[in-house]
Amino acid sequence: MADVTHTPSMTLLDRLDEAAIASAAPSQTELMRELRIKGRPGWTSNLPPSLAAFVTNPKGMTGVIVLLGLILFSLLGPVFSEYNPQRRAGKPHVAPSYEHVMGTTRMGKDVYTQLAYGSRTSLAVGFGAGLAAALIGLAVGISAGYFGGRIDDVLTFLVNVVLVLPGLPLIIVIASLVDSAGPLVIGIVLALTGWGWSARTIRTQTMSLRTREFILAAELMGERKWRIILKEIFPNMLSFFMGGLVLGTISAILAEAALSFIGLGDPNAVTWGTMLYWAQNNMALQVGAWWEIWPPAIAIMLTGAALVMINFAVDEITNPQLKASRKIGRIRRFLARRGRSADVF
Amino acid sequence: MYSDRVLMQVRNLTVDYVGDHSVARAVNGIDFDIREGEAFGLAGESGCGKSTVAFALARLTRLPGLVSGGEVRLNGEDVLKFDKARLKAYRWNEVSFVFQSAMNALNPVIPVSEQIMDVIETHQPDLGAEGARKRAVELFDLVGIPSKRLDDYPHQFSGGMRQRICIAIALALQPRLIIMDEPTTALDVVVQRDIIEQIVELKGRLGFSVLFITHDLGLMIEFCDRIGVMYSGELVEVAPAETILTDPRHPYTRALGNSFPPLTGPRLRMEGIPGTPPDLRALPQGCRFAPRCPHAMDICRSVAPELRAYPELRSEAACHLLN
Repeated sequence: MADVTHTPSMTLLDRLDEAAIASAAPSQTELMRELRIKGRPGWTSNLPPSLAAFVTNPKGMTGVIVLLGLILFSLLGPVFSEYNPQRRAGKPHVAPSYEHVMGTTRMGKDVYTQLAYGSRTSLAVGFGAGLAAALIGLAVGISAGYFGGRIDDVLTFLVNVVLVLPGLPLIIVIASLVDSAGPLVIGIVLALTGWGWSARTIRTQTMSLRTREFILAAELMGERKWRIILKEIFPNMLSFFMGGLVLGTISAILAEAALSFIGLGDPNAVTWGTMLYWAQNNMALQVGAWWEIWPPAIAIMLTGAALVMINFAVDEITNPQLKASRKIGRIRRFLARRGRSADVF
Repeated sequence: MYSDRVLMQVRNLTVDYVGDHSVARAVNGIDFDIREGEAFGLAGESGCGKSTVAFALARLTRLPGLVSGGEVRLNGEDVLKFDKARLKAYRWNEVSFVFQSAMNALNPVIPVSEQIMDVIETHQPDLGAEGARKRAVELFDLVGIPSKRLDDYPHQFSGGMRQRICIAIALALQPRLIIMDEPTTALDVVVQRDIIEQIVELKGRLGFSVLFITHDLGLMIEFCDRIGVMYSGELVEVAPAETILTDPRHPYTRALGNSFPPLTGPRLRMEGIPGTPPDLRALPQGCRFAPRCPHAMDICRSVAPELRAYPELRSEAACHLLN
């Protein structure tokens, strides 16, 4: 500002009126402070950009930590218990105590032991069915979209059949046929009925990718078809695949719990669903034995919430507009403080 | 050709792109005026902020973009303070936009007539469907397309015709300013010439102003009255078109001019500008062009030069060399 007087020529400041000076923008550092944007932590600088974006995403990391905690619990939890989840371990409906950290059921089984062993089965069924459904969806979707023609006709027909086949009623029918459906049967049926939507979205995406120049270039260079699918198309489908995997796992865990809860599962298996089934059967809530019903319920909620958070994070990373919209509240306040409008439309 | 009355005043305009861990300052406090009936050009290499400025003037900046400071005044009113209702009246009635790719601006499954009439009916409902159609016919005449083709679909027109239709839509409500963001970049030079001549002719007849954006400096010098040269989000020089051509003040403008081969004279090896523009998240102290500037002095690396007016040339430039 001082050098204005030294020069004979007109400067910027002469032409700026007070209002314009008042509306001057904050510096980049000030803006980052006002919008609460933190610099990238140093330790992420060696990671590939997308992984760095994920590990600095609070939602995604919360989900991952919760999920890792649950998996760790399912692996190590049973070690800390001296009881057998299937056997009577104490008096019925003992409240949480030193001997029974989470109390006992009506049958006198230890709730902590059941929760720990049950998480193995529940998580295995959930992730197994989710992964299988996502893989089937990916394979069918890319094949239908890329090859087109007769192959597409047949596969699309299959997709439509799977889409109208409701998973739960199908399992009810199967369960009534095989007497009692164990976790493995439930997992297989959920995998076989859960891939419809992801196959359909991936098929449409592949169809629009197929006409793009880079696929055409790969074809003209004589790349083999499986290589085009794996190297050219699949990386573009990664976010759809992740989305399908996460949503498939959530619905598989919930469906397994729901089936067991309504009594169609194998009552002798120990899963979060069967724990809820027995708790409800024995009127745990009515007799005030909250410790029998809350642990499996909370475990199911935590798994679902963690997976949804991971899904949110993947969405945000693949869509920069969504990422910035996380700051929308602060951006609105930033504009309001300066008397400017935040309306876009 | 143009009066000295200022139509749009841009002061200290700053636009940032908000990232997860950083803020990129795409436009850093730029000032310019667009006068009535004038064609004002913004030139500069890719990524220097030309289009970001254009979007900010039309209030089209969307997340992650954020207009973080400055003013855009249309006849004294600050466009950045417009609420929804005022914004609707502002867009297209006062300022309209011609985008780069006409192919994507027109809906492929709706006849062109409907798309033109849509604009008119939305903003001037009292005209009615018949009035709107009459106006659409006039607009087609204006841009030189036979009006019997009004009900055709976009794919039935050539690229140049589609761009003309977009210009017709931009003219529909007789705005005072039309922002043209690389309107001819996707077209071949012959069609480009046709369209530019047509815009010049229409501008003379209807008296609107144009903010013209392109990276084709030759085309810009021919079409625009005044040109602002941008580098890395800052205006480094604003001058009448002929001054930019004949007597550029700023080393960057000079280097930009030297990157185009002359039609006559001996064949020379083209110079180009060595180096690349700076990272907008971590800008150098001092002049942003200093690292690539052949004339950089010590002061250039520590103090950022301000845009100063040089009345004898009717130009403004931001460079320490000139003082």
